[in-house]
Amino acid sequence: MSIARSHPASRAASHRRGLPAGRLGSWITWGCVAFFLFNLAALILSVVVNSFGTSWFAGWLPQGFTTAWYSDAWSEFALGEVLQTTLAVTLAVVALSLLLGVPAAYALARRDFPGKRVVLLLLLLPVLLPPITYGIPLATVLYKFHLAGTMTGVVAANLVPALPFVVLVMTPFVEQIDTNVESAARMCGARTRQVFTRVLVPLLLPGILAAGILVLVRTVAMFELTFLVADADSQTLIVALYSAAFTPGIRAAQAIDAMAVIYMALSAVLLIIALVFVNPTQIVTQVREATAE
Amino acid sequence: MAVDTERTTPGTPRAPRRTGGLRHRLAERGVDRVLLLLVPALLVVILLFLYPMMYGVGLSLQPQKGGGMLANYRAFFDDPYQRDTIWKTLRLALPAALINVGVSVPIAYRLRGRFRGRRALTAILVLPVTLGTVLVADGLLRYLGPKGWFNRILLDLGLVDQPVRLIYNYWGVLFSLIITGFPFAFLLVLAYMSGIDPTLERAAATLGAGPWQRMRRILLPLLAPGLATTFVLAFVLAFSVFPSANLVGEPADETRVMAIAAYQSAFEKYDYSMASTIAVLMGAFELLVISVTLLVRGRLYTGPSAGGKGA
Repeated sequence: MSIARSHPASRAASHRRGLPAGRLGSWITWGCVAFFLFNLAALILSVVVNSFGTSWFAGWLPQGFTTAWYSDAWSEFALGEVLQTTLAVTLAVVALSLLLGVPAAYALARRDFPGKRVVLLLLLLPVLLPPITYGIPLATVLYKFHLAGTMTGVVAANLVPALPFVVLVMTPFVEQIDTNVESAARMCGARTRQVFTRVLVPLLLPGILAAGILVLVRTVAMFELTFLVADADSQTLIVALYSAAFTPGIRAAQAIDAMAVIYMALSAVLLIIALVFVNPTQIVTQVREATAE
Repeated sequence: MAVDTERTTPGTPRAPRRTGGLRHRLAERGVDRVLLLLVPALLVVILLFLYPMMYGVGLSLQPQKGGGMLANYRAFFDDPYQRDTIWKTLRLALPAALINVGVSVPIAYRLRGRFRGRRALTAILVLPVTLGTVLVADGLLRYLGPKGWFNRILLDLGLVDQPVRLIYNYWGVLFSLIITGFPFAFLLVLAYMSGIDPTLERAAATLGAGPWQRMRRILLPLLAPGLATTFVLAFVLAFSVFPSANLVGEPADETRVMAIAAYQSAFEKYDYSMASTIAVLMGAFELLVISVTLLVRGRLYTGPSAGGKGA
């Protein structure tokens, strides 16, 4: 769009400078990005400022500042327990999905077998379908087996998108490893288990780390499934935040925002950890290889 | 299946070591003990995904109030309050996905080369993905509200006389979908765009193509399949809108999306049969849009987007 607009004015100039397109288009594009980022920053900042404010009826800033809302929110929403649950659920989901997903990815990468397309479709569907679509039948089944409202139920529900995700992320990683390396290890007398622990896992470590961190980030942010399955004792931070925000008036808005800031801090830490180990585009391009075949 | 292979394979009337031969032939088709590694993961997916989905479909065909197998589906389409949720969901999800993909293209176009701060800028643009819909919805309530900074700026600049109403309606939900969905679409488009060899464009420039022609004739055709995939994923993300429709939308009327209808049936009316019906319909409508997009994508150019050396 912006390129079309810029074209007549700056064709000659861009030719001379070797720029991909004109200056005007560039300015419009960067203007849009700046506008988006400005609003995003203001949005985040208004939550942060509000969480520190005493009361904010009119004017650009609250009348005074306090940190009391944080201790309020901590005790009122039982954030200590909620954070513990979040941690336990997330770590369990990461561990289980890696433990089950990496061997499955190995099998998918190394073997071409009848029915492979069906297996791939089965793994792709939980990633493609909206969580609510399978979340509601899953919650019904979990209630039937009295698993809903327990930590087991929450972990099981979060495993549904996490496990296929790990398999889809790890398969290309396994494909990159030369089969000759494995053959050489076997020639030297390594057994299957040793090939896995001594050869494959060390080689796959960057991939395993990336997949694990991505599952971590996604599980902390996964709202729908946890919301459908959890009860007050097994809810994660994001669900607690939703419950508080959905019943405004009962709690002070500042206390809710204090909780939001705590959530933000948690995801910021996770994001920084993720960015150290993972290429930014990888955070979203998990199913690209699978869908773009 | 294994026995079938044995019987239908010609030329081996009497295998001396029957099991060994069978195992060998299966291994030739890629079936051996390595596949056992796949079993635990598949069991989990079948148990936690396929079985509940099948159970849900079965449940949707057994209405609580009776009236035949399809009574729930008939009730859904007969009741305008329920039927309209389809339209309301699409009215949010389609524009959100189109905007997110459309805006990403020119921005990714500027960002594809190597320059200082590229990684930092991409990192900033990833941020909203990790914020999640709940937090963005909460922020929108503060920022776009009648006393929020956004309206204050507009009032002080004299652009409006009264605060603009941007929350508790359609617009609030659309904004939240754009904020959470745009970075996602952008990073995907950026990944596709980086995969196109820049020498192709330079070759076109050598042959006298202007910037607009290069964009239209070279870049867009090569990018189109990737854009279709991005659209599908952005649509999936927007289609499952639930928390923001409840928090910044008008969940009783204007933004009563399918997810809200399904949730209300299940956890407010305790009609799991109807809730499963809506969930099944939701999946069906989403897969419909995806199939149409993929059909269109199948007609687009698919081939190498790398340079002439086959690199």
